[in-house]
Amino acid sequence: MNNIFVYCEIEDGQVADVSLELLTKGRKLANEINCKLEAAVIGHKLEGIEKQLFPFGVDILHLADEPRLAPYTTLPHCEVIVKLFEKIKPEVAIFGATSVGRDLAPRVASYLKCGLTADCTSLVFGDHKETKTGKEYKNLLYQIRPAFGGNIIATIINPDTRPQMATVREGVMKKEIYNEDHKGTIKKIKLDEVLRDELFPVQIVERHIEKQKVNIKSSQIIISGGYGVGSKENFDMLFELAEVLGGEVGGSRAAVDAGFVDHARQVGQTGVTVRPKLYIACGISGAVQHTAGMSESAKIIAINNDPKAPINQIADYSIIGNIEDIIPKMIKFYKKNTK
Amino acid sequence: MSFRIIVLAKQVPDTRNVGKDAMKADGTVNRGALPAIFNPEDLHALEQALRIKELRKDVEIILLTMGPPRAADIIREALYRGADKGYLITDRKFAGSDTLATSYVLSLAVKKLEPYHLVIAGRQAIDGDTAQVGPQVGEKLRLPQVTYCEEIQNISQKEITIKRRLERGVETVTSPIPTLITVHSSAASCRPRNARLLMQYKHARTVSELQEETKDYTEMLTNKPYLRIDEWGVADLDAKVEQLGISGSPTKVKKIENVVFAAKESVVLSSDNKDIDQLMKDLIESHVIG
Repeated sequence: MNNIFVYCEIEDGQVADVSLELLTKGRKLANEINCKLEAAVIGHKLEGIEKQLFPFGVDILHLADEPRLAPYTTLPHCEVIVKLFEKIKPEVAIFGATSVGRDLAPRVASYLKCGLTADCTSLVFGDHKETKTGKEYKNLLYQIRPAFGGNIIATIINPDTRPQMATVREGVMKKEIYNEDHKGTIKKIKLDEVLRDELFPVQIVERHIEKQKVNIKSSQIIISGGYGVGSKENFDMLFELAEVLGGEVGGSRAAVDAGFVDHARQVGQTGVTVRPKLYIACGISGAVQHTAGMSESAKIIAINNDPKAPINQIADYSIIGNIEDIIPKMIKFYKKNTK
Repeated sequence: MSFRIIVLAKQVPDTRNVGKDAMKADGTVNRGALPAIFNPEDLHALEQALRIKELRKDVEIILLTMGPPRAADIIREALYRGADKGYLITDRKFAGSDTLATSYVLSLAVKKLEPYHLVIAGRQAIDGDTAQVGPQVGEKLRLPQVTYCEEIQNISQKEITIKRRLERGVETVTSPIPTLITVHSSAASCRPRNARLLMQYKHARTVSELQEETKDYTEMLTNKPYLRIDEWGVADLDAKVEQLGISGSPTKVKKIENVVFAAKESVVLSSDNKDIDQLMKDLIESHVIG
């Protein structure tokens, strides 16, 4: 039986959140088509890593443990995965849409000549009938993603190539323990023949990975700014409001591209997906690539000087006016009313 | 021997700022109303190549773009900024190519330009945001790859040192040459057009464009052969038809839904003190804040 496969990322001995989210999804998909969930961890000093993974429902855990496999570089990880896939022939293979997953998955897909869909927001099984040939497919993976800057939602399928490959961003899927007592089996990947010297042309000279400092995902109140905020200095007002309300500052892609705010704060299709209690969108027009990442917020306030901005259509409150005027007033009246 | 850098670029619809002009009455986007632009991260890629050209005298920058005939616009844009040459990879048979088929075609075009030293592309294009074509071209050419380049720190005939921008940090790596690099948006922005180059190349035309021109370019092209932009199709690349277009694309689009903004009952407020005061009171009372 061909199984569901998840590539798991490790940083400092911890399995990445995104990988656990994908295992949660992978487990559900595996139960649906009645197959096993397989995962691989590639790195070094991996003893005991299974304790973090088995509760998420992993049945077969492939381990590749060797000093040269950590930190991640493209070619050796690609080679290990490709050789593993040639052996286990997964039905579906999911990778995190991270710096690592987005570097690795396309290379693997190209080698195996498989279809790969980036940044899926939903993965479900469904049937398909090829109109030309009349050929029918059962349980194909529908890879659903926004495209065209988020203005359309596309359902992509890979009818004839395996594995059906997809990447998914952190925070898009839910992370849920399947069963604390779930036990899988560990299979050590034989590396002697796989890791040839020519797979190590790229050498890491220096590496600074910070624990994520800003984590807007976990914030219940998000004050987000768009290009309409106008400048980095104007963003200071947003930070002030966030501090007063006990929230975090987010930004649209346009604001990040303009250098107004750090990329770690980007909300939307190519940033993080957030579901806070309150989302205040300042100077954000509301392109779908942004709203895709925040439309499930419990309450949305839009501040915009354009009454026709699309953001107003999903807002609970639309304040029409200039942010330079409105934000200081919000701070003032918040302080006044909480005294 | 010159140091040859191939820059891969794409012409894309400007999906970043879909304003109200580009929205149809039903709330969907009117793609025709979006201007076609040089994919932003590909411009960052071009800038990295231009910086190497400033450091070394022997650099030759060749821009490759795959797309419809009008994509010649971005070749001219690259020439105006300092690229030496461009090729338009165009053929009706390429239509419908996914990232795998696209990378196959691009890799054939790159091979035609051997010997090369670097292949540089933007990390991703704003119409698809997949970031797949760069690594896939790398795989097809059996090159090492360095993705998310923020800065090229050092370069010799044999080796390149690159600072990479990762989600949660930075990494400096060395790679032997030739290698494939994808450039991140945090890298330096591209320089503007150069006035002298603009004058020099403003009449640069592809073969298909020349057929449409009413003006006679024969004499100009004889005197200034650099104004001819060559086009490469399936035959020029010796491409296998089953590996391109729809037949060469393992991913199929099953369904496309236009995103429609569902209107919600929203309270419209002004910036008056009274309105803001009431809003903050409401939010505090409903325990949204406070």
